Amino acid sequence: MKNNLREILFNIAVLVGSFIIALFFGAIILLIAGVNPLVAYHAMIIRPISSIYGLSEAVVRAIPLMMVGIGISIAFRSKMINIGGEGQIQLGAIAAGATALALPGLPKVILIPVVILAGFTAGGIWGGIAGWMKAKLSVNEVLSTVMLNYIAFQIYLYLIRGPLIDPSELAWGTGVPQTARMPDSSIFQRLIQGQRIHSGIFIAIIIAFLVYFLLWRTTFGFRLRAVGEEPKAANYAGVKVDKYLVLAMILSGGLAGIAGSIEVIGVHHRVLEGLSANYGFSGIVVALFGRLHPLGVIPASFFFGLLLIGAEMMQRAVDIPSALVISIQGLVILAVVSSNLILENPKYRKKFLSFFVQKF
Amino acid sequence: MDVSAYLQLAIRILTVAVAVSAPYIFAAIGEMFSQKSGVLNLGVEGIMMLGAFVAFYFAWAHENILLGIILAIIVGGLMGLLMAFVSVTLKAKQGISGIGLYMFGWGVAGTLFRLFVGGVQSIPGLQNLNISGLTDLPYIGRILFSHNILVYLAFLLVPVSWYVLYKTPWGLKVRAVGSTPRAADTMGINVTKIRYQCVILGSMLAGLAGAYLSVAQANMFASDLVAGRGFIAIALVYFGRWKPFGILKGAMLFSIANGFQRWFQISGIAFPYEVTVVFPYVLIIVVLALSHKKFAEPTALTVPYDREFKG
Repeated sequence: MKNNLREILFNIAVLVGSFIIALFFGAIILLIAGVNPLVAYHAMIIRPISSIYGLSEAVVRAIPLMMVGIGISIAFRSKMINIGGEGQIQLGAIAAGATALALPGLPKVILIPVVILAGFTAGGIWGGIAGWMKAKLSVNEVLSTVMLNYIAFQIYLYLIRGPLIDPSELAWGTGVPQTARMPDSSIFQRLIQGQRIHSGIFIAIIIAFLVYFLLWRTTFGFRLRAVGEEPKAANYAGVKVDKYLVLAMILSGGLAGIAGSIEVIGVHHRVLEGLSANYGFSGIVVALFGRLHPLGVIPASFFFGLLLIGAEMMQRAVDIPSALVISIQGLVILAVVSSNLILENPKYRKKFLSFFVQKF
Repeated sequence: MDVSAYLQLAIRILTVAVAVSAPYIFAAIGEMFSQKSGVLNLGVEGIMMLGAFVAFYFAWAHENILLGIILAIIVGGLMGLLMAFVSVTLKAKQGISGIGLYMFGWGVAGTLFRLFVGGVQSIPGLQNLNISGLTDLPYIGRILFSHNILVYLAFLLVPVSWYVLYKTPWGLKVRAVGSTPRAADTMGINVTKIRYQCVILGSMLAGLAGAYLSVAQANMFASDLVAGRGFIAIALVYFGRWKPFGILKGAMLFSIANGFQRWFQISGIAFPYEVTVVFPYVLIIVVLALSHKKFAEPTALTVPYDREFKG
């Protein structure tokens, strides 16, 4: 137990270290841009945690991040790199929106699960295509998921500008291509008056625990992880590696699709352009920060939810484009994957641990 | 349309194809060196974005295209240094670290663009360089010799990189390091050094490819300027089976198809706009599916080399 605790503390120390390194490099960019990094970071880090609005918005952003992050963790666990979150979210959102608009008469208890399932199916198909191409045709999944992102985006635009466009939009012509408003029976309740935080957060956390159960308490999960850790051994043990690669990608894309569904029925109540604010890419950072563990992803997604809303607050406070936070996230990825040298190499690990134990 | 109209169209598409294939050639040849030495650099897209911005900025604010291009190459090299440090020295998982590099370049380019430029601005761009005598040749003259200097450089790069890779001692070392690093190490080749050189060289070429997009092709910068070309370049390395002339073939094929697609859009033939836009990405997926042969891949690709660890 004591060892376990030390292990967790050690992991956290490495993650915090990674984050600080990323902030340091981000500060250099800020200095190049002629902005005081302390002022910018104060607005980005302190402001969101000191207001109801900031905390509520952090949760709103944590929900899709959690779903995408868990999905990406599943893929990574089977050694598949899923960069297609963005496209999977968008297709999930459009499928969810179309389903809700097509079935307005259904009661809430039926319609909401159906809409979420629609998102899961659309995202799952998109992820599954990349998984299938990897398993059957050895197509590098990074390249295929990136290409599928561009294709999904065009399908998405075509649908919200064309067949699914809001009829009143056509009549009044506000110039914003979007679908009609979802029926009330498909919409999540808001939890706090005047804030956007909604009950989707409960669904997200339940799904996180379900995935944890699936991966660590079932044969399916054991096999999926075995495929990622030792594909050859898994193959000898009779596990159909190909099948698990495809299944992992279907699950991964499906969870991103659910993120899209929840965005539609929880936040925007319609499908519109710019619905996925790069959650597909931020989800990668969240997955890595959560150590590819569904339960680790929960705090990681709150943390990055705070960072995203912090970036917007920074933009308003010191006029630094929130795009900066993308580069900080990129650096976090670089730092986290680099920390494996310390985490996995026994030599460095021992040095680092003894240093850690001495100082604290 | 009669025969001469078809001929004119073919010449037009081919001329455009030669011009638009240049950035793919730069980026893909660079990526080829990186992969040949065993490092999969998936950050090409991000490097191209930053390169495109840097070149654009100096062409726009200082009216100095050459300085912009040189700085784009240097910035690309620095990004490569970062990638090499993370993936060679720190032995990070290359597939994911490349994505980190991509997001870093994307974010920095977007941030600096909004801060220093604000909105979309256009610049005069690189002039075409007509070569007296050659440009006036019938048909071929226009297709091959009516371009800016970077296009000639891109096409020159193909045989040069072939020569370097297959006919020089350094090229031999690169190939050895990418296929059997342990044997190379035993022979006294510095695996780390060669990998650093290849990743940095590859990233410099990616920076140049980005610069080409902003100062020689689009003559402007926008946050979606690169639009997946970096990833397409990586796909072309697979398509070309890690060979310079294979990459050239792939880049030309892709650019001709793309030129045809653009002509289709403006030709007035009724066809959904979204389908034509999606076409290049679908084409790349199909090409990847058809061309992938595992045996052509450098065997140590994505495997970090650890001298003390006998794996």
